[in-house]
Amino acid sequence: MASEVNTDFLHNKKLDSIAADILRPVGITQGFIVWMGFLGISLLACIYAYYIQFDKGLIVTGLRDYISWGMYIANFVFFVATSLVGMLISSVLGLIGLKWVKPIARIAEIIAVAFAAIAGLVIVSDMGRPERLPYVFLYGRIQSPIIWDVTVVTTYLVISTLLYFLPLIPDLAISKGRMGHTPKWLQQTYEILSVKWNHTPKQYQILMKAVRIMLILIIPTAFAIHTVTSWLFAVTLRPGWDSSIFGPYFLTGAFVAGSAAVVILMYFVRVNYKLDKYLTTHHFDMMGKLLVLVSIVYLYFNINEYLVPGFKMKTAEAIHLHDLFVGEYALMFWSVQLLGLVIPIILLLFKFFRKPFPMFVISVFVLVAAWFKRFIIVVPTQDHPFLPIQRVPHEWMVYHPTIVESAITMGTIILAVIIITILVKFFPVIPIWEVAEEQNELDSKTKE
Amino acid sequence: MSHNSNDTGHDHTNREKENVNSRRAFFKNFGLAGAVAAVGGAAIYSGYKYEESKPGHDMVKVLTSDNRIVEVPKDQIKDVRVDTDQLQKQGREGLKGHRFVMVIDLAKCRNARKCISACQGAHHLRPYEYHINTLVMQESEHTAPYFMPKPCQHCDNPPCVAVCPVDATFKRQDGIVLIDNERCIGCRFCIAACPYSARLFHWEEPLMAESDKGKPYNIELNIPQRKGTITKCLFSSDRLREGKLPYCVSACPNGVYYFGDENQDAVTNGTTKETFRLSELLRVNAGYQLMPELGTKPRVYYLPPKNRLFEFKEEKDPVQETT
Repeated sequence: MASEVNTDFLHNKKLDSIAADILRPVGITQGFIVWMGFLGISLLACIYAYYIQFDKGLIVTGLRDYISWGMYIANFVFFVATSLVGMLISSVLGLIGLKWVKPIARIAEIIAVAFAAIAGLVIVSDMGRPERLPYVFLYGRIQSPIIWDVTVVTTYLVISTLLYFLPLIPDLAISKGRMGHTPKWLQQTYEILSVKWNHTPKQYQILMKAVRIMLILIIPTAFAIHTVTSWLFAVTLRPGWDSSIFGPYFLTGAFVAGSAAVVILMYFVRVNYKLDKYLTTHHFDMMGKLLVLVSIVYLYFNINEYLVPGFKMKTAEAIHLHDLFVGEYALMFWSVQLLGLVIPIILLLFKFFRKPFPMFVISVFVLVAAWFKRFIIVVPTQDHPFLPIQRVPHEWMVYHPTIVESAITMGTIILAVIIITILVKFFPVIPIWEVAEEQNELDSKTKE
Repeated sequence: MSHNSNDTGHDHTNREKENVNSRRAFFKNFGLAGAVAAVGGAAIYSGYKYEESKPGHDMVKVLTSDNRIVEVPKDQIKDVRVDTDQLQKQGREGLKGHRFVMVIDLAKCRNARKCISACQGAHHLRPYEYHINTLVMQESEHTAPYFMPKPCQHCDNPPCVAVCPVDATFKRQDGIVLIDNERCIGCRFCIAACPYSARLFHWEEPLMAESDKGKPYNIELNIPQRKGTITKCLFSSDRLREGKLPYCVSACPNGVYYFGDENQDAVTNGTTKETFRLSELLRVNAGYQLMPELGTKPRVYYLPPKNRLFEFKEEKDPVQETT
């Protein structure tokens, strides 16, 4: 982004057509009502499941003393992981100056905001005493990685929200006169949220500066949130978690999950909102290349994580690895590694599979595998503590997630989808002014 | 094991003296308020019982803290209010000047499981909820199996305390690691961190939640137990405050447990009540700690299962059978 802003694009005729394209799907449609109704009713069922858990205690889950972290914690790691993509796309790639990320930067930020916001809720679902959540702030002890996690996840959420909102302000101002087809309250919301923006070069200059500061700040914050999340496991002594590469291992895995989520949302926006002029095959091609890059880096960390202990086969590690490779978790482990990592890497090397639809299908596989990968990281390690598990009821020894637990987990995913739906449906999903500005530059260049 | 059979007499007298001394010290320094409360409570309770059997009288007999039986008008009796703040304060501080330590002689354990039932009775736990559990251990294929009682190791470098986000679990000056279930948020990070599987979680309403309702929370006994919080072995710190040995130690019929104070270099066997020098006991019997390589510095020592007094007999698991 240039620090000197040329506001000529505001007078370019093309702005009208760009704004019209992007604003066309904004507002309430029949499809939106049906979709939100479906999500809302499903969410009610999930909230009821949480009520049961709140009332009866965590006994309604499959968790017991030995495997005491399960689906909820895996889900938490998944949410934090997926939210990291905001940092990767709008910040790292944006600061490098890659032009193609501009139209998808907002999509990436939507994913970041939705997943980071719900991550905090996911962790509450795992607490035995959720009403004591304020204790974390009242009595927090700085030495506990949980306190680090709470601090950085909150910070990340705030910065991500700003990174979503700040570049949205000029768009809201541009949209104001062009929203005849939308309900009145939405127009009023735009009026308030656009904070009297009137497109002076000075305003743009301040905005650019603020965004740039946020883009830089979010890099260490994003590294921190997922590194600290990995430390929840890595600081323990348990075989399978006691690993010094957990920080980068989690971080690279996060980029894989997040990139897949962005591709899925890009595909929905492109197809449903008919925005293929802005989310072109080129964008999918580039996202495909990005996904294959981060997947290869993640594969490298996977090899490190499993091959090195596998070579030594220390007793406790050997039991754990045996469980993963050929034992109880083998089917899940190999499905995740092959369908969610190795095969996508191979396919995405070919240009054909980087077209929108194949990319969408591959990304769904990658994202679902990413969830199960977190499950593989969290659960099997606890199956074999240092000392034997004896003289406890059978359900104390094995972990089978219950329906209540699955419903609560599903509820958090639904909530994230609701946030995404609202942001995508009520606000311009592609940055109007940035696209127009780029178009303007292109035009002036061709004139010369 | 053939330790110290000649010194028994000598040790015996020593122990008597020590016991009296330490008991006095407990009462004087920390136990006074608690003891008065306990005695007073018991007295009032017995008074009530007495009066119930003889309706119509206005006086009750009460045992005072200096051992006199006196009569008090019934309408003047008030409940002794146990101060929960005081219980919290003394519970978090611990017993000054002590460093408690346990020694478990694996040669003597035949899995009588009396320690477990005593502990579960005292802490209101279900039969499969263990502050202490006896595990069947076998180091490798060709070595002999043996029984190993496993309480919390009360580590000097406790991984559970390091990870607790709200200071619910903490290390006291006397070496004991406690859990405050009025503070615990139920995140179970401590369970993940503990390599000895020493902690348990109340997944549902605790066994005696109904009858314990309204009792003042005693952090040293962890009663009332609470749903959604952690519980664990407390080295029976409520008993230590009264100058008594822990529940499990006193309940063992086979002399497996020694308990005492590292500062005094003395441990007392819970069954025989003989007292030994801790350093001597560990040196002569080649005492060891569980997984010292993890750097947790446990306060529980084990004496190796050499020359075992009982044949190893593995029984069927009754808990598994019933479920």
